[in-house]
Amino acid sequence: MTDVRYDRAPGDIPNEEMQARSPSEALVYTIGLLVALILTATSFWVANTSLLWPGGIGLGLAVLAISQMGIHLVFFLHLTSGPDSTNNILALAFGLLIVFVVVVGTMWIVTDLNDNMLMPPSDAMNIRMQR
Amino acid sequence: MNIAAAIDSVPPEALPSASETGPAPKRVVVAYGFWILLLSDIVMFAALFASYAILVRATAGGPTGAQLFNQTTVAIETACLLVSSYTCGLMSLAVNSRNRLGTYLGALVTFALGATFLTLELREFADMIAHGATPQRSAFLSAFFTLVGCHGLHVALGLIWLVVMMVQVAVMGFVDSVQHRLLCFSLFWHALDIVWVGVFTVVYLMGISL
Repeated sequence: MTDVRYDRAPGDIPNEEMQARSPSEALVYTIGLLVALILTATSFWVANTSLLWPGGIGLGLAVLAISQMGIHLVFFLHLTSGPDSTNNILALAFGLLIVFVVVVGTMWIVTDLNDNMLMPPSDAMNIRMQR
Repeated sequence: MNIAAAIDSVPPEALPSASETGPAPKRVVVAYGFWILLLSDIVMFAALFASYAILVRATAGGPTGAQLFNQTTVAIETACLLVSSYTCGLMSLAVNSRNRLGTYLGALVTFALGATFLTLELREFADMIAHGATPQRSAFLSAFFTLVGCHGLHVALGLIWLVVMMVQVAVMGFVDSVQHRLLCFSLFWHALDIVWVGVFTVVYLMGISL
């Protein structure tokens, strides 16, 4: 089997030759757990503290969540940028594109609709001119 | 070591590429197919997240998230699911080295933590419903119960799947098909944890702080 290069199954651990110089597998999981715990604790702290500017908390939480998802993908699902997991990365990238379109598109369209339902732009202009 | 040195000396171009080697091993095909299924599942969760995000303020005079959510419960739930993801990873290491005891131990801890998570979530739901915050109270609560309940349903299915897999390991041993299913299970369990990161951030933490 050593003379053929197969793709790696998603979630599979890199084979022996590739990780000769990398840390042991259990250590990879442990590092992932520790980093994820730190990020989770930071998220809970950010949501509760009064030290930060309240307007930025939503964005900060989103950044922490996205980085934690990345940690999970790399340390728990062993996603790498290596040539043997190109297919896995491409499938993930397509999934993320659809997720982005669904979430952002929905929020954009519905927020727009909501604004128009609450007060038609022409009325708003009339009220402003009357005052 | 000799083999590794021999491989290093071969230029990568000399090896046939993945598209020239014929069908991939079944492990790769099975796991890749399951990977795509999981991604479609995540797209479904994205739709639920989107509907929650646009309905979060539609409380119809009913209770808001800040009044309903208990952060301690959420923190314990998050810790349970995160550590169970870790033990699930350790279990897949035991499976790869065909260590029966380690597999059972990892599965037991994973199951216990998953069951704790589910119990806490069901208690939270029961508590909310007892206080009149039922799914039919407001659009916000409908979206909340759909999103979080759908994740909880996935966890429940994962627990049943884990029990079935342990029976298969006990009866059939570490044959190829069982190993493929265990690989798919660990993918599923890690993906659920990734979805939960989104849930506790978007639903609970943003619900409390905004």
